Amino acid sequence: MENLERALTEHPFLAGVEEKYIKLLAGCASNVVFKSGEFILREGKEADSFYFIRHGKVQAETFVPQKGPLAIHTREAGEVLGWSWLVPPYKWHLDARALELTRAIAIDGKCLREKCEEDHDLGYEVMKRFALVIVQRLEATRLQLMDIYGGHSQK
Amino acid sequence: MAAIHKNNAGAGGSHPDAMTARPFSIRRTIRETDDTFSMELTPCEGTKSFSFTPGQFDMLYVYGVGEVPISISGDPSETGTLVHTTREVGAVTGAMKKLRVGGTLGVRGPYGKGWPVKEAEGYDVVIVAGGIGLAPLRPVIYHLLTHREKYGKIALLYGSRCPEELLYLKNLDKWQSLPDIETRLTVDRATGRWRGNVGVVTTLIPGASFDAPHTMAMVCGPEIMMRFTVPELQKRGVADEKIFISMERNMKCGVGLCGHCQLGASFVCKDGPVYRYDEMKDIFAKREM
Repeated sequence: MENLERALTEHPFLAGVEEKYIKLLAGCASNVVFKSGEFILREGKEADSFYFIRHGKVQAETFVPQKGPLAIHTREAGEVLGWSWLVPPYKWHLDARALELTRAIAIDGKCLREKCEEDHDLGYEVMKRFALVIVQRLEATRLQLMDIYGGHSQK
Repeated sequence: MAAIHKNNAGAGGSHPDAMTARPFSIRRTIRETDDTFSMELTPCEGTKSFSFTPGQFDMLYVYGVGEVPISISGDPSETGTLVHTTREVGAVTGAMKKLRVGGTLGVRGPYGKGWPVKEAEGYDVVIVAGGIGLAPLRPVIYHLLTHREKYGKIALLYGSRCPEELLYLKNLDKWQSLPDIETRLTVDRATGRWRGNVGVVTTLIPGASFDAPHTMAMVCGPEIMMRFTVPELQKRGVADEKIFISMERNMKCGVGLCGHCQLGASFVCKDGPVYRYDEMKDIFAKREM
C-alpha cells in the first residue's frame, strides 16, 4: 500500500493532492501491466476503472468498419487514461490499446465514486482535475478538426 | 511596432544587386511528400560560396513563370549548396516541381531576419514545427547540433496531418537516435503501422524536457498552429520575449520596398519573417491583420 501511495503522490496528475486523499485513492488502486498490443479499454464496455500511466504509451482509437482502427490520441507516462468512469452511463466511448509495454495504476471507478459521494471535498478535488483533462481533450480535438497544418503555403 | 529584434539582418537587402536573380543549377531533387520537394542548387556562375542565417528565405524565379519566396532549408555550414523545400500550391511552384536535374532557377537573397541562434546560446531550445513549418527550422537544428556544446537541452516537437506528410524522414530517424536532441513527433490522423503519438503538436509541449525559465522557443507553422502553440509554451513558463515565431505574408520584392508583405508597421521580408512574440503579439491577435 505504501508503494502505491508513493507512486500516486509522484504522478503529475495528483500533484498537490492532500495526503489523506492519496490514502483514500490508494484504497481503490492496484498496479497493472499491459503487454504491447493488449487492449486496456473496449468501446461500449463498462467503464469500471481509470489509469494513471507510469510507463509506456497507450493509443485511444475507434474501429471504423472496412478500414480498421483509427487512432484518436495517444497517452504517455504522467498522463491519465479514461474519464467515462465518472459520468453515466459509465461506458467506454473508445478502445484503448498499449503500443508498448505499459505500467499503470488502475483506480476502481465505482470505489472512488462512492468515496467521492461520502466526502465531497475529495469529490470536488477529483472533479476539478478531471474537468481539466476533459477540457484539454476537447481543445485538442478541436485543433485536430481545424486541420492546423493545412494552410501553410510556401515556407 | 515598438522594436524589432535585431539579430541576423538579411544580406540580400543591402546588396547592390538585391533585385537581380542569379542563375542556379538544380543538382538534386528530393521528393519529401506527395506535394512537397526539396531542391539542391549550385550557382551557375560567379562565386561558388555563400552563407545564410537559419530562418532566412530566397526569392526563387522560375524563368518565364514567376517568382516565389521560399525558406532556405539546408545546412548553413554547407556553403556550396543551397537547399529549399517547396510545397506545390500554385503555378510557380507547380512549374518548379517539373524542373529536372541540370535545370536552372533564378535566385535572389538571402533575405530577412532569421532565428536567434546566437541569442539562444546557453539556453535550452525548444523547436515547435507544424507541417512544412519544419523547413525553415531545419537549418536551426543543423546549427544547434554542429555547435552542440553551446546550448542546453534541445527539444524538437513536430506535428503533421498524417505520417505520410512528415518531412525529412531520414533526418527525423537520425535525430530520434541522437542523445543530443529530444525529437518527438505527432500526427493528427494515423492508421496502420504508425506507432508514434497521435494528437496536435501542442499536446507534446507539457511532456517535453526543457527548463522553461531558461528556454528559447522557436515556432513555425501555419499562423493558427502558432496561435495555439504560444499559450502552451506560456503555460510551461516560457517568457514572451523568449518565444520566436515566423510570420508569412505575400513577399514580393524581398527588400521592404514594394509593401506587399506589410504587417502593421513592419515588412515581413525585411523585418521578419522571424519575430519575437512580445513584439508581434498585438498584431498576432488582430483579425484584420
